[in-house]
Amino acid sequence: MKFIDEYRNAEAAQAVASAIASITTRPWTIMEICGGQTHTIVKYGIESLLPKEISLVHGPGCPVCVTPIGMIDKAIAVASMADVIFTSFGDMLRVPGSEKDLLTVKAEGGTVRIVYSPLDAVTIAQKNPDKQVVFFAVGFETTAPANAMAVFQAKRLGIKNFSILCSHVLVPPAIEAILSSPQNLVQGFLAAGHVCTVMGYEEYIPLTDTYRVPIVVTGFEPVDILQGIYMTIKQLEEGRYEVENQYARAVRREGNIPAKQLLAEIFETTDRTWRGIGEIPSSGYKLREPYTEYDAENKYRVSSERLWHHGVSRHIEHQESNLCIAGLVLQGLKKPHECSAFRTECTPERPLGAPMVSSEGACAAYYQYQPFFQE
Amino acid sequence: MCLAIPGKVVSIERASSPLMGTVNFGGIQKQVCLDLVPDVLLDEYVIVHVGFAISKMDEQEAQETLKLFEELDSGLDELKIPEI
Ligand code: SF4
Repeated sequence: MKFIDEYRNAEAAQAVASAIASITTRPWTIMEICGGQTHTIVKYGIESLLPKEISLVHGPGCPVCVTPIGMIDKAIAVASMADVIFTSFGDMLRVPGSEKDLLTVKAEGGTVRIVYSPLDAVTIAQKNPDKQVVFFAVGFETTAPANAMAVFQAKRLGIKNFSILCSHVLVPPAIEAILSSPQNLVQGFLAAGHVCTVMGYEEYIPLTDTYRVPIVVTGFEPVDILQGIYMTIKQLEEGRYEVENQYARAVRREGNIPAKQLLAEIFETTDRTWRGIGEIPSSGYKLREPYTEYDAENKYRVSSERLWHHGVSRHIEHQESNLCIAGLVLQGLKKPHECSAFRTECTPERPLGAPMVSSEGACAAYYQYQPFFQE
Repeated sequence: MCLAIPGKVVSIERASSPLMGTVNFGGIQKQVCLDLVPDVLLDEYVIVHVGFAISKMDEQEAQETLKLFEELDSGLDELKIPEI
């Protein structure tokens, strides 16, 4: 397939890997932000092609992994209501909440439907005027325009039985949180190419300037990632810290202007809690005033401390598994196989933590592709 | 869910709102919202995520990146950075 095969070419990958080896003179730690990149890195064994001085750590760029447990509990509360059709991207269904996941709600008789596109959820609302349709709007800047469009269309069409449970997160504040942590190990970042197709990359320049780290906007195929690493190492070895764009075939400096205009119309920034990491200021989106009637949190007044079940609400504590070290994994401080539950108590069939759920989660990627990580 | 993949635009429904079209992904065709890439033309490549085209693919830039790989291959010695 055009634009894919060329970037999976083994010879090209080898050439870039040799180039990386030839310029590396000392140890460097690089973080890829996006779960899609983590997946490629682990699947293709990219680390094994690199000189041993280079260490890759995996960042918090998997929306399935960072959606806070309180929000999962809210989703479960709303999905359990009798007149609600709860719609979501497929991989949110198995994320563990405090007591259960959305799949269990479905098994218990709740209506939970997987949709491919948020516009499908709007269509379901049109077709079911006697039901309330709620869409679980998670994701980074890549997904936000699609979710914004669903709200925009619902308002335009006068659809009243549609709302979103909004848990959007943003990449630059997460990078800043990692860099400003005293334990930080990361010296250079591969920025998520698809986030930048929407947002462009000007917002990363203050980060490179303040923290003196190179940030290279990088694509998702093996050769893209190797080239992103090459560009990052070259900057590190030369003592430069700039924003560079490896993924120029899809990313322009200014991003996608119509998408950014739509985002500005529908959303404003808000503080968000990241699962395993904690609250990061101005790190997410919420609906703007004219659209708050589409906010499921307003509509249902679900407090995350009360769980609904068959019309009865009761108090719950948000409980994470005490074995799960997902927060350390998501900040690049630990690798998945360093978790004591990895592959034993925690597997993709019975995930203890969110990074074991989606194939973009670091723990699931290690489980699937790296059978030798047995510790 | 973060998957976004390139595909070729094979039809555009100019009258639809939001702008919709069909995109071919190596044989599989899907309905895709093209509203965020309003100037897209037939046969152009777009990157699609959760049913939305979020960017056009720039053919020339794609070739440039590939050419760079070839240069890396043939010119490795020149890439070596002098010791500081
Ligand atoms: S392996 Fe499981 S328990 Fe351990 S950090 Fe990953 S998700 Fe959490």
